[in-house]
Amino acid sequence: MNIVVVGLSHKTASVEIREKVAFAPNRMEKPLKELAGLPDINEGLIVSTCNRVEIYASTHDIAGGMARVKRFLADFHNISLDVLEPHLYSHHGEAAIRHLFRVASSLDSMVVGEPQILGQIKTAYGYAAEYKTSGIILNRFLHKAFSVAKRVRTETKIASSAVSVSFAAVELAKKIFGDLTDKTVMLIGAGEMCELAAKHFLNNGVRGVMVTNRTYERAERLAEEFDGRAVRFEDLFDHLHKADIILSSTGATHFIIGAKDVEAVIHRRRQKPMFFIDIAVPRDIDPKVNDVENVYLYDMDDLQGVVSSNLQLRAEEAKKAEGIIDQEIGRFFNWLSLLEVTPTIVALRSRFEEVRQAELAKTVAGWKDLPPDGQKRLEALTSAITNKLLHPPTNLLKRTGQGGRIDLYVDALRQLFELETVAPQEENLDDLEE
Amino acid sequence: MNALLFYSTLGIYCIATFIYLVYLLKPREILGRSAHWLIAAGFLIHCAFTVIRYIEAGHTPITNLHESLSFFSLAVVGVFIAFERKYHVFILGSFVTPLAFLLLLASSLHSSAIPLLPPALKSKWLLVHSSLAFLSYATFAVAFGAAIMYLIQEHFLKKKRLGPLYQKLPSLVILDEINYRCLTFGFPLLTIAIITGAIWAETAWGTYWSWDPKETWSLITWFIYAALLHGRLTTGWRGKRAAMLSIIGFCVMLFTFLGVNLLPSASLHSYDRLLGEKYR
Repeated sequence: MNIVVVGLSHKTASVEIREKVAFAPNRMEKPLKELAGLPDINEGLIVSTCNRVEIYASTHDIAGGMARVKRFLADFHNISLDVLEPHLYSHHGEAAIRHLFRVASSLDSMVVGEPQILGQIKTAYGYAAEYKTSGIILNRFLHKAFSVAKRVRTETKIASSAVSVSFAAVELAKKIFGDLTDKTVMLIGAGEMCELAAKHFLNNGVRGVMVTNRTYERAERLAEEFDGRAVRFEDLFDHLHKADIILSSTGATHFIIGAKDVEAVIHRRRQKPMFFIDIAVPRDIDPKVNDVENVYLYDMDDLQGVVSSNLQLRAEEAKKAEGIIDQEIGRFFNWLSLLEVTPTIVALRSRFEEVRQAELAKTVAGWKDLPPDGQKRLEALTSAITNKLLHPPTNLLKRTGQGGRIDLYVDALRQLFELETVAPQEENLDDLEE
Repeated sequence: MNALLFYSTLGIYCIATFIYLVYLLKPREILGRSAHWLIAAGFLIHCAFTVIRYIEAGHTPITNLHESLSFFSLAVVGVFIAFERKYHVFILGSFVTPLAFLLLLASSLHSSAIPLLPPALKSKWLLVHSSLAFLSYATFAVAFGAAIMYLIQEHFLKKKRLGPLYQKLPSLVILDEINYRCLTFGFPLLTIAIITGAIWAETAWGTYWSWDPKETWSLITWFIYAALLHGRLTTGWRGKRAAMLSIIGFCVMLFTFLGVNLLPSASLHSYDRLLGEKYR
């Protein structure tokens, strides 16, 4: 039994392609059932996010299984496979395991360390479990991926720092103010960055928003959007002292806030700290403002600096994470290969036992003057013989574990002893993992 | 027996200090957590030592430098544990426990023989006056630790150098609040200690205030913290200014405690002279 993955991601396909093959999140039953119904495919799971579409499956036939999954992906979305093929990657065995572990640990994400992907995979697995398209192998595989992702999260600092400018601003504000829930944000001017940052602050519990703009109507419109209040631009300095966090991005060509202004404002606030974020280029706020006591000023370059040093930190942490994944792959791969040999071992043992019992019964039935303890002795003798004979092949199968020859041994044993295929049972597999 | 308690406390404080300092450099939460429990265990043993010492000596064990330094250390650890519990800031330990350890180490360098008390000191006021004084010193010591942390964190934020230590230090507001809380506990304690001291002086020496160097410096310490508290409540002296004043206050306080002994003029409070030649 093997695990295969076929998919595409932000690394291999543009958004135009990705959106064509995306699966609608609340309509997963049909694709999952179709996938699991394919010949050669035993189990199936579909991960579909805005950055990736991936199909995981377990199959006996690696090449055939992969081809069928690719065909399914193209056919389901009515795209020619020739168009899709160049964007697809596919892995099997150890590479497929590594792939999921890396994706779940957010090492393959566009922003390495971003936390959403794990939740998205959990949702995808939820669908597969709900529609019963995941079985013993994918269940184990996904749970392992979740625990690997958790290990990476707790043992490395991969997700501990902000890597977008607006998140960096929120993190800085938390280091200055601690709790943001009773803080007020003031937006000066408008702009995408400014609004995005304001949204992040609101998501982090900021209490009030004030908006000012040279065009009062625009300020009003934006204030309505954020459920805040608009302030006339001329009255800026009458209201500035009420703001703890100031986001500025006007189109002004000169500084609109100087150090003297801020000194007056901070005095009025009785030295309560203020955090100025200047996202305008050219800048709106005189850099000397940063020298005022209890005032912190960060401009776009400063924030970019924070982000790039965080990214560097993440890259270092990612190396540690790869090490963790290496360890975990070994363990899971062991389990998977034992999974393959276990039914054979079980079948071989029951075959021997069957023959022994049958022959023993025949002998005992035709033996007239069998001594009282004779049957016991015969039992002991015959089981000793079968156990001795079974010991080397059992050991060999278990030890061979991963590696190409295992299929050969399994096949040979099945033909030599005319074994039937027994489906592995979940309960007797748990003790196999080392 | 009691020596064993003393040295095991010293050993525990030493190890805890070491772990707290490593915690400053290595981002392992387990380090902070283990140091936290270790220092709590050390505190209990230290308490046991102090109680046994009280029983053995028959008087409050704050009469010579050995006892005072040990009691100071005990109070610092006690106040620190209370604040760490309240604010969940493990890293405060990296700045406060070294102080507690050094105080106890200094205590260990002085003779642990139980001194004979001169009649002037044999009073219930010894317990009230001295323990309150050291409790206030201890809160100022924690405020000092928080102030140092504040200045470091403020420096990082102003200079935009956001390294691993920046990540680990708590927010400015929390540090400022710890500083303030310490002050609101420590200042009343110091006030009561000075008042009880004056009452005791009246009963023992017949005068409330004799401008003895210790008394003078206590008053200076008191004025510094009074100014800080007043500035805070009226004109908003917070943040950096409060942190710096808190550090100055602590240094003056340390001088009040130890430095006065070094002054050439005799002080009635000087620990050596306190006991007098014939009592040693």
